[in-house]
Amino acid sequence: MQTEYISAFDVVIGVLWRFWPVWVGLILVMGASFSYKKRLGLYGQLFDSGVGIAGVFICLFWLFTAIFASTISPFDPLAQVSVMKDTLPGAIEPASKLVYYFGGDKLARDVFSRMVYGSQIVLIIAPAATGFALMVGITLGLPAGYYGGKIDTLLSFLANLVLAFPVILLFYLLVTPGIMDTPIPYGMAGLFFLFPIIFFSVLFWTRYKNRPDRLYILLGITLVVGGWIYTGLVFDKDPLKIVHIDPNQLNIFVAVVFASSPGVFRIVRGLTMDIKTRDYVAAAQTRGESPWYIMLWEILPNARGPLIVDACLRIGYTTILLGTLGYFGLGLAPESPDWGTAIKDASRLLRSFIHPALPPTIALMSFVLGLNLLADSLREQSMKD
Amino acid sequence: MFSFIARRIGTILLTMLCLTLVVFFLVNLEPNLKKLAISQTEMHTPADQLESWLVNHGYRQNFFVRYGQWLGVFPKHPITDPATGKTTQRFSFCNDPVESTFSGVLQGDFGCSTKFKTTVAAKLFPALGATGLLMFWVLAVMVPISLLIGILAGMREGSRTDRVLSVASIASTATPEYVSGVIFTVIFASWLGWLNGSAASASQGITFYNFTLPVITLAIYGIGYIARMTRASMVEVMTQQYIRTARLKGLSFSSVVIKHALRNALIAPFTVIMLQFPWLLTGVVIVEVMFRYQGFGYTLVEAAGNNDIDLLLGCSLVSVFIVLITQLISDVGYAFLNPRIRVQ
Repeated sequence: MQTEYISAFDVVIGVLWRFWPVWVGLILVMGASFSYKKRLGLYGQLFDSGVGIAGVFICLFWLFTAIFASTISPFDPLAQVSVMKDTLPGAIEPASKLVYYFGGDKLARDVFSRMVYGSQIVLIIAPAATGFALMVGITLGLPAGYYGGKIDTLLSFLANLVLAFPVILLFYLLVTPGIMDTPIPYGMAGLFFLFPIIFFSVLFWTRYKNRPDRLYILLGITLVVGGWIYTGLVFDKDPLKIVHIDPNQLNIFVAVVFASSPGVFRIVRGLTMDIKTRDYVAAAQTRGESPWYIMLWEILPNARGPLIVDACLRIGYTTILLGTLGYFGLGLAPESPDWGTAIKDASRLLRSFIHPALPPTIALMSFVLGLNLLADSLREQSMKD
Repeated sequence: MFSFIARRIGTILLTMLCLTLVVFFLVNLEPNLKKLAISQTEMHTPADQLESWLVNHGYRQNFFVRYGQWLGVFPKHPITDPATGKTTQRFSFCNDPVESTFSGVLQGDFGCSTKFKTTVAAKLFPALGATGLLMFWVLAVMVPISLLIGILAGMREGSRTDRVLSVASIASTATPEYVSGVIFTVIFASWLGWLNGSAASASQGITFYNFTLPVITLAIYGIGYIARMTRASMVEVMTQQYIRTARLKGLSFSSVVIKHALRNALIAPFTVIMLQFPWLLTGVVIVEVMFRYQGFGYTLVEAAGNNDIDLLLGCSLVSVFIVLITQLISDVGYAFLNPRIRVQ
């Protein structure tokens, strides 16, 4: 049976129409941001430059795409409709009369739906892994920069050790199927996921030491929520069965956090060494504040500008790392719709079909570009102050 | 200066020791050894024979003894038949000795590749040569283009040229090799047909036709980064007092840029270019796999995929060495180029 096609113009209109929840979300958020931009601080200032608007637009676009993925995509990203194998963009699926907007891949899956669902994987893992890397980097970088001496020498040596590893080699060693049989990923997860709990406990402890009414509530929340997520992520024994992560995703997650936390460590350490010479730190020391209070409540808030910029760039870099993992077939399931795996599958068949390769490459590139533009305009705005 | 370099080299050696120990630990995890034994024996070998293969080839000795053997501080033993006491070579394809000898990295023996059935040295060094050739062309393309972009963008901050070039460099840093590789292949190989989408034939001899795609793919990611650093450095230099003095003296804008600004603005990019090598290493792996070019990255992937212990250790040693030595060169070179910095 001959596959029927719709015209290129209809493909464009159809794709734009499928993204309707994203457009609605974008109009609401961008409109609200524009009208209240005076009151939104640093975020509001982003709307003063074209680069900043473009960055916010692209990042929000992919954020909404990930949130509304099930509404946007016409097909299940893993479903195979054998008549649609290697069909060109705009092919009509005979059973449901829905369209394969970007064609079918070699396993007859809808390229468009896979691209949309791929955004979910990236937008969950990349920011979360960056968040954990920030926690690890900050918790270790602050004392290294503040105290200096032996603790700094040791931590810097360890950080340089990890940084001297080519990322790809690290991934080949840490993200293999065999390593799942050993306790290494779980041990590393157990170690890394402890850092946020330590961070928030110390944060609240140093601030509200003398106000037990506030302290016990905040510490209690930290320990209960942190412990709940911790048991769910590391031991996969969440009593409520809400927090759950597949063992291979945990493995990727841990490897990405491991690869990017030394970078955060170096930045935090450098910033701390710079800021600790300021007068307000000396004033806090004279007041007799504890070292951890000074680090977390005097130094860290003043280091936030460069850290926010770095976090944006780092989410983009983590997205690239995830793509690299997918490209080498490490960790993620072979049928997973993430962009790296899709690029790998499609790039092997470039000689015969090019259409499955383009959507994931452009998606990945545009998302990282959006984050980089955002980081660039954030940097410019924070330099103005 | 001398003691600084000596101390840094000491740190480098210590780092290499620690890292190879970590790699050694990870490649010798039980599942990896099982995988190696299965790939090295006949199909459907029973479990006890797999175990005896591992014992015979010395994989069941103490972990630190085996690390010492690889390093060359403990002797490597041949396979001894327990019944007759006769010794045979461990790996015949590497021409291993039949008596116990000290033969490790310190003696210049990198071991034996179980995947390629040859010595690591015979596989690794030609691959490094091939990658060196690729790197040479990448740097030859990347450095002049990125410096030019950075200088043009940075000499008049905020101008239209600056905006356009800055966004272009941001876009290029947002394009990892596996993305640009696919896009370039689609455009230049599939669509226009000008270039070859595979560099497999480049091992026999490089031509414009088969080598351009890997080179530009690898260069494009670095261009944006170096250009941005050059721009930042150039912008800073252009606001200095001596530039204003030179302008007020009546020198033309172009001669101020070329004679006064350029030399000062190029110090920072030098460091960046040097620190770019570790990044290029990951890129090399992606590009060599994508374009099927038989170099270092390709070897690394093959070694890692087949758990080829000695070859993987050799690869990590080389890559870690490159990373650390470029860091050293960048630090020393920075002090050399900028007399205001003194190394302690």
